[in-house]
Amino acid sequence: MAGPGGDMQWCFSQVKGAIDDDVAEADIISTVEFNHTGELLATGDKGGRVVIFQQEIENKSQPQFRSEYNVYSTFQSHEPEFDYLKSLEIEEKINKIRWLPQKNAAQFLLSTNDKTIKLWKISERDRRPEGYNLKEEDGRYKDPNTITSLRVPVLIPMDLMVEASPRRVFANAHTYHINSISVNSDNETYLSADDLRINLWHLEITDRSFNIVDIKPANMEELTEVITAAEFHPHQCNTFVYSSSKGTIRLCDMRVSALCDKHSKLFEEPEDPSNRSFFSEIISSISDVKFSHNGRYMMTRDYLSVKIWDLNMENRPVETYQVHEYLRSKLCSLYENDCIFDKFECCWNGNDSVVMTGSYNNFFRMFDRGHRRDVTLEASRENSKPMQVLKPRKVCAGGKRKKDEISVDSLDFNKKILHTAWHPQDNIIAVATTNNLYIFQDKPLTERTGLEGDTGTTMSDAANTTSTDNNGDSGLNGSWVGWEMNRGAAWLGPVSLHSQPASGPAPPSGGRRRPWWGG
Amino acid sequence: MAGADGDDSLYPIAVLIDELRNEDVQLRLNSIKKLSTIALALGVERTRTELLPFLTDTIYDEDEVLLALAEQLGNFTMLVGGPEYVHCLLPPLESLATVEETVVRDKAVESLRKISQEHSPVDLEVHFEPLVKRLASGDWFTSRTSACGLFSVCYPRVSSTVKAEIRQHFRTLCSDDTPMVRRAAASKLGEFAKVLELDYVKSDIISLFTALASDEQDSVRLLAVEACVSIATLLPQEDLETLVMPTLRQAAEDKSWRVRYMVADKFSELQKAVGPEITKNDLVPAFQNLLKDCEAEVRAAAANKVKEFCENLPEDNREQIIMTHILPCVKELVSDTNQHVKSALASVIMGLSTILGKDNTIEHLLPLFLAQLKDECPEVRLNIISNLDCVNEVIGIRQLSQSLLPAIVELAEDAKWRVRLAIIEYMPLLAGQLGVEFFDEKLNTLCMAWLIDHVYAIREAATCNLMKLVEKFGAEWAQNTIVPKVLGMANDPNYLHRMTTLFCINALSEACGQEITTKQMLPVVLKMSNDQVANVRFNVAKSLQKIGPVLDSNALQTEVKPVLEKLASDTDMDVKYFAQEAISVLALA
Repeated sequence: MAGPGGDMQWCFSQVKGAIDDDVAEADIISTVEFNHTGELLATGDKGGRVVIFQQEIENKSQPQFRSEYNVYSTFQSHEPEFDYLKSLEIEEKINKIRWLPQKNAAQFLLSTNDKTIKLWKISERDRRPEGYNLKEEDGRYKDPNTITSLRVPVLIPMDLMVEASPRRVFANAHTYHINSISVNSDNETYLSADDLRINLWHLEITDRSFNIVDIKPANMEELTEVITAAEFHPHQCNTFVYSSSKGTIRLCDMRVSALCDKHSKLFEEPEDPSNRSFFSEIISSISDVKFSHNGRYMMTRDYLSVKIWDLNMENRPVETYQVHEYLRSKLCSLYENDCIFDKFECCWNGNDSVVMTGSYNNFFRMFDRGHRRDVTLEASRENSKPMQVLKPRKVCAGGKRKKDEISVDSLDFNKKILHTAWHPQDNIIAVATTNNLYIFQDKPLTERTGLEGDTGTTMSDAANTTSTDNNGDSGLNGSWVGWEMNRGAAWLGPVSLHSQPASGPAPPSGGRRRPWWGG
Repeated sequence: MAGADGDDSLYPIAVLIDELRNEDVQLRLNSIKKLSTIALALGVERTRTELLPFLTDTIYDEDEVLLALAEQLGNFTMLVGGPEYVHCLLPPLESLATVEETVVRDKAVESLRKISQEHSPVDLEVHFEPLVKRLASGDWFTSRTSACGLFSVCYPRVSSTVKAEIRQHFRTLCSDDTPMVRRAAASKLGEFAKVLELDYVKSDIISLFTALASDEQDSVRLLAVEACVSIATLLPQEDLETLVMPTLRQAAEDKSWRVRYMVADKFSELQKAVGPEITKNDLVPAFQNLLKDCEAEVRAAAANKVKEFCENLPEDNREQIIMTHILPCVKELVSDTNQHVKSALASVIMGLSTILGKDNTIEHLLPLFLAQLKDECPEVRLNIISNLDCVNEVIGIRQLSQSLLPAIVELAEDAKWRVRLAIIEYMPLLAGQLGVEFFDEKLNTLCMAWLIDHVYAIREAATCNLMKLVEKFGAEWAQNTIVPKVLGMANDPNYLHRMTTLFCINALSEACGQEITTKQMLPVVLKMSNDQVANVRFNVAKSLQKIGPVLDSNALQTEVKPVLEKLASDTDMDVKYFAQEAISVLALA
C-alpha cells in the first residue's frame, strides 16, 4: 500500500452531521468504529445514540464513487440514569463500540457508557406475516361466527427494515468509569476496563464476570496510577495489554494465573531527564493502546506522541512519532484550558504500514512506517468538495512563518480530532470532528493526474514537522463536476446523523477534569 | 353460540394461530407451546405445506419463542404424517440451528438428533445427511458449530461412501479458522469416536485429538481433555501408552492453568479410563503436581478430587501410595494460602479415614481435621463439620469432641448470619452423632439461644431445628428439656420472641403428640389470644389452625372454639381474617 505522505493522496468523500456551527452537546461524536469487513461503520455520541452507516455496493460505471456510506440504522443505546445509592448521575455517552466477528446474517456490536455494556443485534427483515383468522389485516375484528376454515399466516415481501435490538445487558460490575471494551479472539469472551479494574465476561452470561486485574490500593490515598485503556491480542486469546496514566503498558498472560495482577511484560521507556517538567507525568499518560492487525506490534498514544512497540522489546518503543511537538511550549496554557487531558485515540491501516491519530484545529496526522514519512491533513467544511484532494497542512512552530503555514498561536484548540478509524482493508478513513463525521478515501487510480510528486518530507529531516511544496489540490478539476451533477445533493445538504432529536436532556457541560489521582 | 355457517370448534384454534404473530411475547410463546394442537387441527397435509413454511421463516423471534419452537419440532413426527414425512421438519430446524443464541442452536441440534432416528436409512442419506453437509460448510460459524453435533447420529446408519464424506467433514471442522467451531468439534470428538470403527479411531481420531490438544487457543485445548476420557475408554489398553498418554501428560503440564484445571477436574474419569497400571506410573505423580500447582484454582479442583482419586487407586498398594505420595501434599494444602483450596479439601478430606482405617486416621488425619476445625475461614470449619459422619464410622466422634465444641460455638456466634444458618442446619446431624447426653450438656443452650437471634431467618431455622431434634430424641426428651423453655418465652417483653413461641409450637406439636400439645402448649396459646400486639393475636389464630388436628375434639369445642370466635370479632382486620380462616378449616362454625 502506498504511504499517505508519499505517492498517495487523500480526497474528500462524505461528511455526516449537522452543518451549523451551533453544536448540541448530545451530537458530539464519542467513538468511531468500522466492523471487520469495513462494510459497516458505527459512531456513538454523547447523547447515547449509535448510528451505523453502510457502504453502498460499488458502482461499476462510476468507480470513483465506490465508498459512499449511508445511514443503515440509528438507535438509542444508552439513556441517562441516576444511581440513587451513590447519588451519581450516569451519563448516556457512548464511550466505546466494538463489533463482534460476524456469526450469522445479523451483525452484533457491544456499546458501553461509563457503567453498563450492552450487546446489540442489528438485523434485516424483508418479509412480514400476513393473514389473521379473527381480524382483517387493518385490525378490524371479524365475527367469530363466520369462521369456516383455519388460515395459517404467510410471509410476504416488504421493504427492507433494519432492526436494532438489545440482546444482553452487562451491568453492575464497574465501580469506576469504563474506558475500554475488547472482544477476545476466542469469540466467546470480552474484557471491560475501568480506572482501576479489568473484568472478563462471557458474551452469553450477564450475571457474572471475573475480575482479572485490580490495581486499587487498600488505601485510596496511595493511588498513583490508573488504567487508561485495555485491549486483547488479535490472535492470542490468552494475551491482553493495559496502559496506565504513568505511561506504562502491561502485558498479561491469562494462562499463567486466574488473576492477572502480576503482568508478564512491562513496556516502559525511561524518561528523558532533559524534558522533565511539571507536566511530564500528565503528558506521558497513555490515552489509547491498539495492537497491530498482525499482532506483532502495539501502538500507544500519549499527549504529544505515538509510539510503536515490538511485543518482544519492553525497554523502549521501536518507533516514536511526534504528533504535535510544537505544543510542548504551550503546555501551561493547555493545562489551564484542560486540553492537556484530552484523550486522543489512534489506529492502524489495514496492513499495519501506516498509523493515524488526531490533533487540534481539526488536524489529523498519518505516519508511514516504511517510508518514514508523515503528513498533516485537515477535516473541514472548506475542503469538502467531492473528490477534492486534501492539502497537507503545516504548522509553524516559531521563527518566520512561510506562506501556507499556520502559526501555533492561531490553532483552534476547541476543534479537536479525538476519534478516527481506518477501514480494515481499504484506504478509507473515518475522522470525527466535534459533531461531524468525515469520510476520506485515497484518490482512485483513474483519477490520478500525474501529481505523484513528493508531498512529504522524510522523517529524518524533521520528525516533528510536516511540509509540502506540493500544491495538492490541483488535478481534481473537472472530475468532480460530473460528480456534483449526479450526486451533488448528497454533499450539499448533508443529512443529519440523526433522524430524531436527542431524547434525553442534554447533560450538564463538564466541569474541570483534573486527574483525581494526582496532587 | 354456533353461527349460521361458522364452526365454533375452530375458534380456539383460530385464536392460537393468530397469536403466533401477536406482539406480546408471552402470547406467542403460549401459541408455540400449543403447536401440536394447531397441527392436529390443520391436519398433516396443511401442517407440512403451510404451518412449517411459516415457522421456518419466523427465526426473527425472541430467544424464548425460538427455544420453545426448537423443542416442539423434535416431537412433531406424527403431526406431519409419521416417519415417511419426518424430513419436512428439517428446514425449520436447519434455520434454528444457525441462530446466534447457543441455547436455541443446541435445542435445535437436540431435536435434529432426535428426529434423525425416525428417518429411514434412505431418507437419512437423501435428506438428513445433505443438511449436515450444508451446515458443515456454512458461511457462518454458528451453522458449522451446529453441524458438529450431528455427525455421530447419522454416521452409523449410512453407506461407507457417505461415511467417508462425514469423516472428511469432521476433519475439516477440527481445523476450522474460528475457535468457536474447533471448540464445538473438540467437545464432540469423544462422542464421534464412539460411533467410529476402531481402525478409524486409531487413524483419524487420534490425529485430530492430538491436533486439538495442541491448538494455539487454550479454550480449545481444554476441551480436548474431555475427549481424552472417551477416547481412552475406546482403545485397548496396549495402545493407550502410545496414542493417548503423550497428549495427556502434555495437558497435565500445559502452560495454561485452565487446561490443567480441566485435567484436575476430570481426574477421576481419566483415572478410570486409563486403568490401574498407568494410574500408578503416570497419574500419581501428575496428581501430586496438580495438588502443588502454582494456580489456586487448579489446586482447589485437585483438592476436590483427593477422596475419589484415593478410592479408585488399585487396592493392592493403595495405602502405600496414599501414605507416601498423596498425604504429604494434602498436609500442605491444609495450610494453603487460598481459602477456596482449603475449603475444597475440607469437603472431602474426612472421606480418607474410611480408606486408611482407624490407626492411620488417628495418627495422620486427626491432626489435619483438628487444624481445619480451627481454620480462620468459616467455610472450612463448616465443611469439616458437615462430613463428620465419615469419621464417626471409623474412630468415633469422641476423639474430635474436644476441638469440635469450640468450633461449633464459634460458628454459632459468627457475626455473619449465613454462617450461623449453615451450622444450625448441621445440628440434627451432630446431635445424632454426639448423643443426647453430650447434646444436653454442651449444645442445648446454643439451640435455645438461636430462638432469640435478631435475624428472622435464624429464628426460623432454629424452630425447624427443634422439630428435627424432637424427632430424633423423642417426645419425652422434648417435654423435659425444650418445651418449658419455649413456653417460657411466651411472657417475653419482646413480641417477636412471643411469636417465636407460637412458631415453635407450630413446628413441635406433631412431633410431641396429643398429650403434650393439649396439656402444656394449648393453654399458653389460648392465653396469648389476649396479647396486645395484633401480630401475636393473628398468629395465635394461625397456630390454633395448625395444631387443631393434633387436639381431641373435646378440647377443640370447649377451649379453641370460644377463643377463635372472640378473635373473629377482633378490631384488627388481619386477626379477624385468620380467625375466620381457622374456624372454617377446623370446621368449628
